Amino acid sequence: MTDALHIKDLRKTFPGGLEALKGIDLRVEAGDFFALLGPNGAGKSTTLGVLASLVRKTSGQVSVFDADLDKDPARLKTYLGVVPQEFNFNQFEKVGDIVRTQAGYYGMPLKQAARNAERYLRELGLWDKRNSPARMLSGGMKRRLLIARALVHEPRVLILDEPTAGVDIELRRSMWAFMERINREGVTIILTTHYLEEAEALCRNIAIIDQGRILQNLPKDELLRQLSMEHFILDVRDDPGTLPSLEGFECTRNDEGALMLEVQKGASLNDAFRQLSEQGFDIVSMRNRSNRLEELFMSMVGRNLPEQNGEVVE
Amino acid sequence: MTPFQIWIAFITIVVREVRRFTRIWPQTLLPPAVTMTLYFVIFGNLIGDRIGPMEGYDYMEFIVPGLIMMSVITSSYANVVSSFFSMKFQRSIEELLVSPTPNWVILTGYLAGGMARGLIVGFVVMLVSLFFTSLDFYSPLLVVTTALLTSLVFSLGGFINAMFATKFDDISIVPTFVLTPLTYLGGVFYSINLLSPFWQGLSMANPILYMVNAFRYGVLGASDVAPFYAIGMLVIFAVALFSLSLWLLDRGKGIRQ
Repeated sequence: MTDALHIKDLRKTFPGGLEALKGIDLRVEAGDFFALLGPNGAGKSTTLGVLASLVRKTSGQVSVFDADLDKDPARLKTYLGVVPQEFNFNQFEKVGDIVRTQAGYYGMPLKQAARNAERYLRELGLWDKRNSPARMLSGGMKRRLLIARALVHEPRVLILDEPTAGVDIELRRSMWAFMERINREGVTIILTTHYLEEAEALCRNIAIIDQGRILQNLPKDELLRQLSMEHFILDVRDDPGTLPSLEGFECTRNDEGALMLEVQKGASLNDAFRQLSEQGFDIVSMRNRSNRLEELFMSMVGRNLPEQNGEVVE
Repeated sequence: MTPFQIWIAFITIVVREVRRFTRIWPQTLLPPAVTMTLYFVIFGNLIGDRIGPMEGYDYMEFIVPGLIMMSVITSSYANVVSSFFSMKFQRSIEELLVSPTPNWVILTGYLAGGMARGLIVGFVVMLVSLFFTSLDFYSPLLVVTTALLTSLVFSLGGFINAMFATKFDDISIVPTFVLTPLTYLGGVFYSINLLSPFWQGLSMANPILYMVNAFRYGVLGASDVAPFYAIGMLVIFAVALFSLSLWLLDRGKGIRQ
C-alpha cells in the first residue's frame, strides 16, 4: 500500500525553547481515514502546521505521496487540502469568490475553478450563499466553507484540524457523512478532533499524541482492544442515594449523583447486578459513561481532563 | 507549477486586489480626487494667482505634476500596506501560504495591485486637473516610466511596512510621520531653487524630490534635478526594496511560525 503521508523524526522547537514536537514518526496509508488525537498543546496542530507549510520544522522528514517537503514543496502542496481550526478567510469577500480564488492559487483555469467551486458549494449546501459576504454566514456554514475551499483544487489528502468544533449535532453528522463519502471516492483524510466519538465513528487508524510524542499509532479496533475498564451509569428506581459496597467492582457517584459502576474487562455483570439487588438497588437501565475511545485516551495521556457532553476540554 | 499555472496564480492575486479596492471605491478612489480638487482650487486658483509664476510656469501648471505624483505615492503605499496587513491580521494570508504559489508571484501580485490603484488614482487626479489647466506632455515616455517606477517603489514600501506591522497602528505610523512630510517637502508646491543652499542640500536627500521632479520634467520639460538621474535612483530603490521584500517573505516574517 502506498503511503499518503510519511513523517520521520519530526522535531519542532519554537523560538524561546518550547519543544512542541520531539521526534514524531507517522505513516498514513493512501485512502485511510486517520485521526490524530491528543489534548491541547500535545503537538497536533503543530504537526499539521508543518504539513501545511505554515510552521517551519526544526528537523525531520515529511513527504506526501512522492513529494518531499524539503525537495519539492510546491508539488507536496498541490496534494494537500487544508481545513484549519480557525476561520481564516477574508470575512468581507463573497463565498463564491473565496472558493474560486483559492483554485486560482493552485493554477486552476477559470472555467474549471468555477465548475469545482459550484460542485463543492452545492455539495456542502452553500450554493445559495455564493454571493453573500463570508461574514454573513453562520458558524456551521463558515466551517463548511473552509471544507469547500480546501477541496476546490481536488487534493489527494485532506487535512482537517478540528473540523466540527462548535457545530451542532445534526450538522456534525452531515459533515461526517460528507467526509466519509469523499474518503470513499479516494481522498485520504487526516483529522484532529476533540470529539473522540468522532474519531471512533469515522477513522480506521488512530495515533495518540501527547507532549510532542506519538504514544500509540494503531488501527482503531486494535486500540480499543487495549481498553481494560468500562464505566456504566446506572439508573436506579427510588434511588436511596447511598453508595453500595460491591465485592470485585468499584461503585461511585458522578457529578449528577447518578450511580457509576466500574467494570473490569471480562468481568460478569450478573454478579454486580446480583449484589446491587441484594443491597436494595433496583436497576432500571444502564448506559456507557462515555465512548470507549475516550476511556483509552484518558488512560494514555494520563491527565484528569473534565468531561462535558462527550467533549474533552481543558 | 507550470508557467501557465503561475500566470493564473498571479492574475488571481491581481484580480482579487483590484476587486478589493474597486469594491470599496468610496474609501480608495474617491478621497484622493476630492482632496486634489481642493488643492487645485485653494493652492492653484485662490492662492496661486497671488504667488505668481514658479520656474517660468503658472503656479497651477507647476503643482499639477507634483500633486499627481503625491496621489500615486500615497495610494500605492496604502493599497499594499492595508491589504497585506489585513490578510495577515485575518490570517487569510494562509490561503496563499498553503498553496504552491511561489513567493515571488505572491509579491509581484500584491505589487501589481498596489501599482494598479496608484496609477488609476493618478489618472483620475490628472483628469480632475484638466478642469483647472491644460497638460502638454513634454515626454510621455518619461511620465509613464516615472509613474510606473514610483508606484512600484511605494508598493514595495507598503509591503515591507505590512510585513513588519503587528497592529493597525503600525501601518499608519510610516504614512503619517514619514511619507507625508517627505512628500510635502519633496518639491510638490515649490522649486527647491527658492531655498537656501543648506535646505537645498538637505532636500536632495529626499527621494520623493527626484520622483516629483522627474515626473514634472516629463510633463513640463523643467526640473530641479536631472530626470535620468532620478530614474536611476528609482531603479536602484526598486531593486533593493524588491530584494528585501522577497527575503522577508521567504523568511516568513510574521506570517509563518
